Amino acid sequence: MKNLIILGAGTSGTMMANHLVSKLPKNEWKITIVDQYKTHYYQPGFLFLPFDIYKEKDVKKEGKKFIPKGVTYIQKRIEKIVPEENKVQLENETLSYDVLIVATGSKIAPQETEGMKGPKWHKNIFDFYTYEGALALRNKLRSWKGGKLVIHITEMPIKCPVAPLEFAFLADTYFRKKGMRDNVEITYVTPLSGAFTKPKATAALHYLLEEKGIKELIDFNIDRVDYENNKIIDYGDIAVDYDLLVTTPTNMGDDLIKRSGMGDALNFIPTNKATLQSLANENIFVIGDASNIPASKAGSVAHFEAEVLTENIQNYIKGKELKEEFDGHANCFIETGNGKALLIDFNYEQEPVRGNFPFPVVGPLSLLKESKLNHLGKLAFRWIYWNMLIKGISIPFVTAKMTKKGKYITN
Amino acid sequence: MKKMLAEKTVEVNEEGYLLQFAQWDKDIANAIAVEEKVELIDRHWKAIEWIQNEYKNDSPLSIRGIKNSGTLNIKEFYELFPGGPLKKASKIAGIPKPKSCI
Repeated sequence: MKNLIILGAGTSGTMMANHLVSKLPKNEWKITIVDQYKTHYYQPGFLFLPFDIYKEKDVKKEGKKFIPKGVTYIQKRIEKIVPEENKVQLENETLSYDVLIVATGSKIAPQETEGMKGPKWHKNIFDFYTYEGALALRNKLRSWKGGKLVIHITEMPIKCPVAPLEFAFLADTYFRKKGMRDNVEITYVTPLSGAFTKPKATAALHYLLEEKGIKELIDFNIDRVDYENNKIIDYGDIAVDYDLLVTTPTNMGDDLIKRSGMGDALNFIPTNKATLQSLANENIFVIGDASNIPASKAGSVAHFEAEVLTENIQNYIKGKELKEEFDGHANCFIETGNGKALLIDFNYEQEPVRGNFPFPVVGPLSLLKESKLNHLGKLAFRWIYWNMLIKGISIPFVTAKMTKKGKYITN
Repeated sequence: MKKMLAEKTVEVNEEGYLLQFAQWDKDIANAIAVEEKVELIDRHWKAIEWIQNEYKNDSPLSIRGIKNSGTLNIKEFYELFPGGPLKKASKIAGIPKPKSCI
């Protein structure tokens, strides 16, 4: 019997377990998935928790329910991967593998910035990338009287790169509905050259910031948080005052990757961006946020990766050449507030453009353009996530490889 | 679009970033630097060389990368490329600017 081990039962790991259970011959391969946590969170829902749009129950379920029969599920802490010995050390047992899939994701690391995770953490400095952070922020917003709201990105790459911008749009709607928008100054602070960084998106969407009265402060690389005086200060000594800071801290791969000596400076594993094989070990594959590939860290990307990786795992165990098929495809709904949303569809080469999706001309969803239907699509996605996506069921008409059909491409 | 820089024709995007790294050379870097009001001295060239090596290794330019580089420190990097150092340094080094997904 040979062993395939998946580390991490989040979005990517759960999808791979569901894909592979029907693809690998049961009499030859044993599939094991390891994750120490019981709860599977619907992370895209964290964006809606602070605004009382989603409740706690909408974003969490027991992880075990989504692991298929025929896959062994071990709930233990992972101590270390030892690639030279093809072994994984758990808290009190050691597993051997023939093929390893690392799906340990990325998480926020507020301790990387001086003053961020200090005495004011979750008092007037919040994240919304964790369940705890999003709930603490919800409780704060319920009673907040207004003032300077600063929405901030520490450094790239981050999980779901547009989420902070969506947060700004939803905050505008939230305070308007509460009749207190005039008491809130919203500033979006980014280390990049704009809230939008690609030419077509900037041209199509910059009006959103102006329309909603959101100030933009660009090229801001944070040095420290002065939590005593409520300021963030950058390396160029520019200071921004806040009453409420909603920050996206540095994102890093799991500490396990560091303990195992397998990561880059941010604990992400160097990975072939087309095959998803790790660069250092041919029997280790990496999926989702854990890798260093230049694709967005997002569930839709992991979904497309899973289809390519499922094929490549089969190719690898049959001794066939790996397919260089992953094209960086991402497909994301972006909330713009007031019950509307955008949809973007892009890959390594193609920037987001206008068009119709998934079918040319008829859509029904429009690309890079606000619509109410896109917002309904985003809400429907929660059902798709729990019932199709993590179970490895293909989403109709949406293929792993990005299509250029229906897109208005000019160059 | 095409643009004349240092008496050579190069392909650039709407914001003036080179589209093909292969077209970059030191004369072109100097020409872009003039447009960005930066006068290139030895320290700039060391920074540019480091940035280009990172780019060739598929490692996106970041403040953290500079911090860990051992070649540059952040304060100096800000002094070399004042006002949007990542953006300016990328442009002069002939690599794409750091970006998000939209």
